Amino acid sequence: MRAFSLKSINLDGYLTNKVFVFSIAILPFLRLFYLAHNNKLTAHPIEYLEHSTGFWTLTILLVLLFLTPIRQLFKLNKQIRLRRMLGLFVFFYAFLHVATYLWLDYDFNYDEIAKDVIKHPRILVGFIAFVLLLPLAATSNNASIKRLGADWVKLHKLVYLVAILAVTHFWMLVKRDVSEPMVFAIVLFLLLAVRVYFKFLAKLARPS
Amino acid sequence: MNPENDIAPSDITPREVFESRRDFIKKAGVGLIASTALLLNCPISAATPKNTNLPSRKLKAISTAYGRGEKLTSYEDVTSYNNFYEFGSDKSEPVINAKLFKTQPWTLTVEGEVRKNKTIAIEDILKLAPLEERIYRMRCVEGWSMVIPWVGLPLSELIKWAEPTGNAKYVEFISLEDKQQMPGQNIPLIDWPYTEGLRMDEAMNPLTILAVGLYGEVLPNQNGAPLRLVVPWKYGFKGAKSIVSVRFTEKQPVSSWMKISPKEYGFYANVNPNVEHPRWSQSTERRIGSGLFSSRIKTQMFNGYADQVGHMYSGVDLKRNF
Repeated sequence: MRAFSLKSINLDGYLTNKVFVFSIAILPFLRLFYLAHNNKLTAHPIEYLEHSTGFWTLTILLVLLFLTPIRQLFKLNKQIRLRRMLGLFVFFYAFLHVATYLWLDYDFNYDEIAKDVIKHPRILVGFIAFVLLLPLAATSNNASIKRLGADWVKLHKLVYLVAILAVTHFWMLVKRDVSEPMVFAIVLFLLLAVRVYFKFLAKLARPS
Repeated sequence: MNPENDIAPSDITPREVFESRRDFIKKAGVGLIASTALLLNCPISAATPKNTNLPSRKLKAISTAYGRGEKLTSYEDVTSYNNFYEFGSDKSEPVINAKLFKTQPWTLTVEGEVRKNKTIAIEDILKLAPLEERIYRMRCVEGWSMVIPWVGLPLSELIKWAEPTGNAKYVEFISLEDKQQMPGQNIPLIDWPYTEGLRMDEAMNPLTILAVGLYGEVLPNQNGAPLRLVVPWKYGFKGAKSIVSVRFTEKQPVSSWMKISPKEYGFYANVNPNVEHPRWSQSTERRIGSGLFSSRIKTQMFNGYADQVGHMYSGVDLKRNF
């Protein structure tokens, strides 16, 4: 009997295939459509949309932050080409998240929204995270990469701050059971720790 | 005659309770008087085995003027979106995890500052007073609200039966602790059991009820069966569920949420659009079932029950006593 092998289904090939990854990443969005259409968005559909889009923003953001450590730890490179697409998906879900809040939840009532942002730290934190995401999404095209050069790399380091703010935003929302944001926080911590570790190694390797 | 009904009205029973009862008897007419008399005269000790059988799902209740004209939140929404951490911290969990919860037999103890510690079975609580339907708005501290047709009896009826002493200034409600049946209690999110409390006058207020049902039926498990508190001018978490003990105290009790976060949750927890919460907007709320494209509605002082309860807080700084 032949042993089942990951190689036989070319997992590596699928996971780095843009069409395949796109189809996966769009599923949460299609699912919301399906649920909305079948009236299954729970008793509090707006809250459900907010939570779901927030959850997927964070999840894809963390998946995105896995790409570089995979290269560093396993010397694999192919997944790096998914970076832009996943980054734009993060923005896409974050945009849906914010749009649900501004439009469905608050009906573009800017007085109420301003009050909410100022009075509730978690909203302020999430708001800052989203604002910081805007320049990243705007400069995700090739032209910007070329134009900004080394500055582009510096600018896009903001993604780490966005991730920290986003996890904090989630944590602050939860009334009591922080187990879910805790998982995100631990994963994020590990992802950042790996980077610090490799930076440290690089420093050691550099001749002084 | 049932001896429990022979108690002379004590000082503890405020006038408005008697008056309101007289009031509703007047309103309800002859048929009601007859049935009330029947119920009140029914000796508690004479419960035959037949009577102790599981009650049918349907409950007989007198309809009242409370909440007439309000658009009810659907049964489906009321029974599938529940904050009941004993059965899971996600609001979609209690309906699933409480399915097998056993509410029969059920007894309630009254203790603390009472003439004598006593125990009463749920069937006998139902006989303390005629059941009434009360349509109340429920405002959750998380910024959403429902309109629920509860079935229950005034808490004051139980308190009268309990015979609190003159030292009783507060009432504490203690929910069931049973890790076998309540999977959420295996996680120490709350210092189990869940407790809540009211000031004596709040507990005696005619609006305060012990609910045993909703939508004309026995309370679904996920809504706090078989017996829960409903205090419509306070945030929903004040409504302790699956109550097993009522304790009368001289000192203000510390509720579960006060223990968890005293900055966020005060003893009073009156619905108040002027006192902000660090997490959620309290000036507006979303009515459950109003649809994806509906607007938020303005939260009312005391959840719209200011006329009935405002007098209890004259001179109280509600910003500090939140």
